[in-house]
Amino acid sequence: MAENPFPLGRDQLLAAYRTMRTIREFEERLHVDFSRGDIPGFVHLYAGEEASAAGIMMHLTDKDRIASTHRGHGHCIAKGVDVKAMMGEIYGKVTGSCRGKGGSMHIADLDKGMMGANGILGAGAPLACGAGLAAKFRGDGGVGVSFVGDGASNQGMFLESLNLAAVWNLPVVFVVENNGYAESTSVEWAVAVDSYVDRAAGFGLPGVTVDGTDFFAVHEAAGEIVARAREGGGPALLECKMCRFYGHFEGDAQTYRGAGEVEDLRANRDCIKIFAQRVTETGVIRPAELTAIDREVLDLIEQAVAEAKAAPLPTAADLLTDVYVSY
Amino acid sequence: MARKISMKDAINEALDQEMTRDPSVIVMGEDIVGGTGSPGEADAWGGVLGVTKGLYAKHGDRLMDTPLSESAYIGAAVGAAACGMRPVAELMFIDFMGVCLDEIFNQAAKFKYMFGGKAQTPVVIRAMVGAGFRAAAQHSQMLTPVFTHIPGLKVVCPSNAYDAKGLLIQSIRDNDPVIFCEHKNLYAHETEVPDEPYAIPFAEANVVREGGDVTIVAYGLMVHRATEAADRLAREGVECEVVDLRTLSPIDMDAVLESVEGTGRLVCVDEASPRCSIAADVSAQVAQHAFKALKGPVQMVTPPHTPVPFSPALEDLYIPSAERVMEAVRATMVA
Repeated sequence: MAENPFPLGRDQLLAAYRTMRTIREFEERLHVDFSRGDIPGFVHLYAGEEASAAGIMMHLTDKDRIASTHRGHGHCIAKGVDVKAMMGEIYGKVTGSCRGKGGSMHIADLDKGMMGANGILGAGAPLACGAGLAAKFRGDGGVGVSFVGDGASNQGMFLESLNLAAVWNLPVVFVVENNGYAESTSVEWAVAVDSYVDRAAGFGLPGVTVDGTDFFAVHEAAGEIVARAREGGGPALLECKMCRFYGHFEGDAQTYRGAGEVEDLRANRDCIKIFAQRVTETGVIRPAELTAIDREVLDLIEQAVAEAKAAPLPTAADLLTDVYVSY
Repeated sequence: MARKISMKDAINEALDQEMTRDPSVIVMGEDIVGGTGSPGEADAWGGVLGVTKGLYAKHGDRLMDTPLSESAYIGAAVGAAACGMRPVAELMFIDFMGVCLDEIFNQAAKFKYMFGGKAQTPVVIRAMVGAGFRAAAQHSQMLTPVFTHIPGLKVVCPSNAYDAKGLLIQSIRDNDPVIFCEHKNLYAHETEVPDEPYAIPFAEANVVREGGDVTIVAYGLMVHRATEAADRLAREGVECEVVDLRTLSPIDMDAVLESVEGTGRLVCVDEASPRCSIAADVSAQVAQHAFKALKGPVQMVTPPHTPVPFSPALEDLYIPSAERVMEAVRATMVA
């Protein structure tokens, strides 16, 4: 066995690969099923961005809480939300994570520290501050992690949260997943500063920018920031520059993108390909180990879809429950 | 033991007692300590009108001043509630809901339902409501109907110190998000209040005055206008029953319907704008469920559909008066 040059053991490397591959296949399958008309509503796919979710979430446990975005499937999977329950939710079935009442944009599992995907851009940042505040009062060492895209990084809720977290010295990490597009609008145009590190500095926060297609870069930067927050060192901002393989939502014709842009991203900036190449060329992981995971993941997704399709729909009785804890 | 204290002191006492009872209760808001980081007294203000004065000395860092940043700290209160705390966040004036409403109506109100019952959000948002302070259009509104409209929120608006203490304690212990509306013109109003903690259940209206001729439904400051009108009408031989709703969501429609079944006449008094108001809602429900009991047209006494004016001459015209309530009672007696 080759010497391992990575900061992660073989088991952890294989786990990271499994997480990223599960996200990828989950999203690729949704792309197909959505285009067939099997899925109600609309979905926003995380394909291409997997290294961010996987690299950050490996530093978190169930007591750490994350507030996600409309593009939340990857965060859910990496945080340990049950894949079959997620698929059931997206299909609108009573077996879903939210019993069919939330859908793709509202998958949550508080027991896993997943405070919800969110249909309102930027709204998760104050919630993550609240998670950090609760952890601080309890003294349990937990952290709150807020995910926003480059688009929501312009929202007042997000910007106010940077200041509040700094003023209250909260154990909170703000992750900006910069995939270059706010829906269809370029980050180059819509964000006035050149660097999110500068924006963080404007709020008195340390900031780091990493190549979000490089799992190891994300993992290393997130490790330092999360540990610092956990130890009372306060909040920080992490920008992951990454690629979105699909449109803002499924059905987006993406006419705003350059010719050949997505093909180029898939060929040259696929975070999973890059990861696989690095761990196999060093000889730490054998290609056959990855293909074995690929097969298992495909089986899991196939089962998840089959079970979701066969699962019962919510009934009229479900319409009226859970509005209040008690009324 | 009961003694006479103001609504402001009753609210302070409720917060104090719940913070003492339950370490997960934390209180945050702009200037609720008042002086954090400043060179003078650490707890100079205790809220802009002194409602939380003295609590910092007893409970220390569990009271937190915030930056002027409603979206962030109201959202943080909501997030902390979803993570097991019982935050009480003060939104100084309810008029400021415009800068933080998402965290209230899209987040707190929906978590329970949207997450399939697997989350609860026991947050209380205290806010001053109402006109009469010469505070003009952006500091005087009665926005109770906006929150009552949102499923998942509970809305409370006490009319006196006794109710304020019991309803605030219930709000803090309640497992759903509560909008607790404090009428700024009632802070100094005094009633008998027991010194021990007690909770008043939601959706239990209070019949503050009995009478067989006309039902007057009101909440908050308008309960006092209704009671004054009823006392004066009694001298004319008209006996009004005054129902104080106390909570608007959930609402005790049974109490309203029972009263209207007895009187056959309804006057709704509401300090909110007339369209889609609590008065309009109660009127519609009575028309739907007690139509046969009605002996006269339902009357609504509300401000005009205008912003709250500044000039005292105009504001006094804006706020429903006892005289206007009396006119409405007479109008419903005509038919």
